[in-house]
Amino acid sequence: MIQREPVGLYIHVPFCRRKCPYCSFYSVAADETYMDAYLKAVLYALQKLPYRYDTVYFGGGTPVLLGAKRLCRILDAVDICSGAEISLEANPCAVDASLLRGLRVAGLNRISFGVQSFSDRELSALGRLHDAQQARYCVQEALRCGIGNVSIDLMLGTPCQTLESLSESIRTAVSLGVPHLSAYMLKIEPGTPYWRDQVQNSCPDDDSVAELYRSSVALLEEAGLKQYEISNFARQGYACRHNLKYWNCEDYAAVGPAAHSFLDGHRCACPAELDTFLSDPLHCDLVEEGTVSDRERAWEYAMLRLRLSEGLPLSAYAARGGDASRLLEHAEPLIAGGFVQYTGGNLRLTVDGFLLSNEVTVRLLD
Amino acid sequence: MSKKEHIRNFSIIAHIDHGKSTLADRILEQTETVSMREMEEQLLDNMDIERERGITIKARAVHLSYQADDGQTYDFNLIDTPGHVDFNYEVSRSLAACEGAILVVDASQGIEAQTLANTYLALEHDLEIVPVVNKIDLPSAEPERVCKEIEDVIGIPAMDAPRISAKMGENIHAVMEQIVALIPPPQGDDDAPLQALIFDSYYDSYKGVIVYIRIKEGTVRPGMTIRMMATGAEFDVVEVGCMGPTSLIPTAGLSAGEVGYIAASIKSIGDTRVGDTVTDANKPAAQPLPGYRKVNPMVFSGIYPADGAKYGDLREALEKLQLNDASLSFEAETSVALGFGFRCGFLGLLHMEIIQERLEREYNLDLITTAPSVIYRITKTNGEVVYIDNPTNYPDPAVIQTAEEPVVTAHIYAPTEFVGNIMELCQDRRGVFKDMKYLDATRVDLHYELPLNEIVYDFFDALKSRTRGYASFDYEMLGYVPSQLVKLDILLNGEIVDALSFIVHADKAYPRGRRIAEKLKENIPRQLFEVPIQAAIGGKIIARETVKALRKDVLAKCYGGDITRKKKLLEKQKEGKKRMRQLGSVEVPQEAFMSVLKLDE
Repeated sequence: MIQREPVGLYIHVPFCRRKCPYCSFYSVAADETYMDAYLKAVLYALQKLPYRYDTVYFGGGTPVLLGAKRLCRILDAVDICSGAEISLEANPCAVDASLLRGLRVAGLNRISFGVQSFSDRELSALGRLHDAQQARYCVQEALRCGIGNVSIDLMLGTPCQTLESLSESIRTAVSLGVPHLSAYMLKIEPGTPYWRDQVQNSCPDDDSVAELYRSSVALLEEAGLKQYEISNFARQGYACRHNLKYWNCEDYAAVGPAAHSFLDGHRCACPAELDTFLSDPLHCDLVEEGTVSDRERAWEYAMLRLRLSEGLPLSAYAARGGDASRLLEHAEPLIAGGFVQYTGGNLRLTVDGFLLSNEVTVRLLD
Repeated sequence: MSKKEHIRNFSIIAHIDHGKSTLADRILEQTETVSMREMEEQLLDNMDIERERGITIKARAVHLSYQADDGQTYDFNLIDTPGHVDFNYEVSRSLAACEGAILVVDASQGIEAQTLANTYLALEHDLEIVPVVNKIDLPSAEPERVCKEIEDVIGIPAMDAPRISAKMGENIHAVMEQIVALIPPPQGDDDAPLQALIFDSYYDSYKGVIVYIRIKEGTVRPGMTIRMMATGAEFDVVEVGCMGPTSLIPTAGLSAGEVGYIAASIKSIGDTRVGDTVTDANKPAAQPLPGYRKVNPMVFSGIYPADGAKYGDLREALEKLQLNDASLSFEAETSVALGFGFRCGFLGLLHMEIIQERLEREYNLDLITTAPSVIYRITKTNGEVVYIDNPTNYPDPAVIQTAEEPVVTAHIYAPTEFVGNIMELCQDRRGVFKDMKYLDATRVDLHYELPLNEIVYDFFDALKSRTRGYASFDYEMLGYVPSQLVKLDILLNGEIVDALSFIVHADKAYPRGRRIAEKLKENIPRQLFEVPIQAAIGGKIIARETVKALRKDVLAKCYGGDITRKKKLLEKQKEGKKRMRQLGSVEVPQEAFMSVLKLDE
């Protein structure tokens, strides 16, 4: 039997100490008994999945709540290639030095802290359990104990945020020396407390968020953190390899409730129910009917690649059955408008284009 | 007594909502024409819209047998009439087929605009009026006051009018007996040359056009060749009969005084115009019956499919509607903004609304309609006279010698407390006050002359909101008067959008232009590029708004490898674009076109 190429692995850890008021994703309260049962189910699933992995990503929820012991047991059970990227999302409030060292020993080489902001005022408005001091400490500890790729998540457009306070957060992140940073624009989803409380009214409006985004990109660029995706910035060689699989239409497996996989052209999702996962850890449902058609494949590839600064190589688009000349035709007014560039055979969105990427993408791929 | 002595041909006339259709239902019940089991609310109104809006759009007729207190059996022909001014001509033809009319007046509302308009029409046809006061079950009912009002305002005896509740079925018997006692039987000679009045027709997919007629003179039988005197078309009669409440009942023949139908394999409803006279082709009448005229549309609007691909469907739907509604006219037109569509002519505003609603509802079409226009009469400097029903065709002001617009004479009936509001509205709509009459201590009849183009806009809505729904309104064409007209253009991103142009009085152009620009700004979403909105007369910009460029439209995060969410979002956005009209580089949603039709909001 020919060994297949390694794939990515996404493990969704649905536990949280408490749900953030803007979060619309699936999570449940961290409970020791449940977490043990969850561990058992993950181990079972991993044992059954026939893949080798070159990236592993623990996302959540708050994966770090599982504790070093459980996380290490999971990593022990994964068939990991040498040189694989092993990534974990973490909350500053749930991390200490010994935990970080334990994970480092177990092979963890990338950690992404949900810092969101270095302003205590913004943090309390976001309902986060940590403060700026704790966030700085975690990041420093992580770097100190040798987890090479430390990333910080910042949030744009949060209540009370100003250009000043955001710049301050970015400067703090840069001064800590992290090689990777994600800057997400807050989107208030229906069903969240933020939606219910109409927090949108105390958030910067779309035009202001656009300004925040633009200046973040510039500040980070200046600090050597180059934009490589709509919301992601990194020094050379530190881009998140796991997340790149999403944008490059590469295969990834998934374990855990609400986790999504993409394998051999099939997009699947595990049900967003912890109990379902515990009783049937391998259960997953096809999200799309059958495999996607050629045309859809080209469309999907294009819309994902257009999220990357590198952009969409038209040759690869054509190879997937896309109509490259039509695309260029659609691009013309967008290039003139400064939303798109066409260089070196790649069509790429500018910063203004990224800000309007939904509209620009729809127009390009019409 | 002869057969004719036992016939009673009558209509029911009333203001909208005064209970005409309910009374018709009760009469049907009383005559046991329809069993209670078959009885469906408001049997005569069989279009959905009619039932929902409580109005009768097209006339219907039904034949009933009634055993009166005198022991004799009478043949009733109840001819239902549309209650609205748009269908005035149809009402007048229906009335011409009768000898009498039951006048239904609401016991709490009293006389309203259409009560009078319809009564006058009935009096013009020398009909015997049988007043009936309805809705006496309502706590606010004042039958005595209303009876007095009928006597005072209309001048017919009404103190003995039956006080009824059609809803509760109360005192209907009295109405039946009055029909027998007061309405005269028809006259006419069965052996004279055939003269039959067409008062309605509809298209049946099996039998062709079914023509509803009232025989004035002579007899019609299957096998005869008939001629339509106005159109000259001839047909061989296949079937004649009378109208049962749920189906047609064939008979051996119809003779003078009777009401019934003719089926003669007629393909086009255009051959059977309401008001025309049917005669025997082999023994024609010397004269047609009086009063025939071709009804002309007064209000025009462009109707376009929201989805350009549905053009064929729209045409098919209009053709089907026209089979049953000869007063609907349409011809293909193209708009740069809206693509292929139709210029449609309507009898009036209600007619327009009904057609639009039926197209959307019965034919499942999504429509974009342009602002309604009237017909302007333009005399050019070279003496040529042109009639303009589409702003796009409005001539260059340099070649216009005089421009004229149609005016109507309008009556508004309302409680006295609203007089100020109504006068203000009419003033604002360039109305000329004629006079004001007190109907009683609390209600007035305001008489105005109003430009038709001011009332096609949103006059009804404005009137209703200014009088809390209490005012009623009726109008009639008066003629043309010279007017200071200008063509107002709307520009998006510097390009004229033909579908948004309209003709307006010079004094109204500035405020109207500003309001439209504002409305468009509210309804055109922000896009990649800034969109300037301008209103202009000739080359002169009179209003400007700007839709700022969109700054942010991005899904920042795809969570846990779930890219399907983003895919769905983009697909939805793509779908949304289909409902937009691409005008140059500007995307205009359907709502933007509709928003300019309701500026008063």
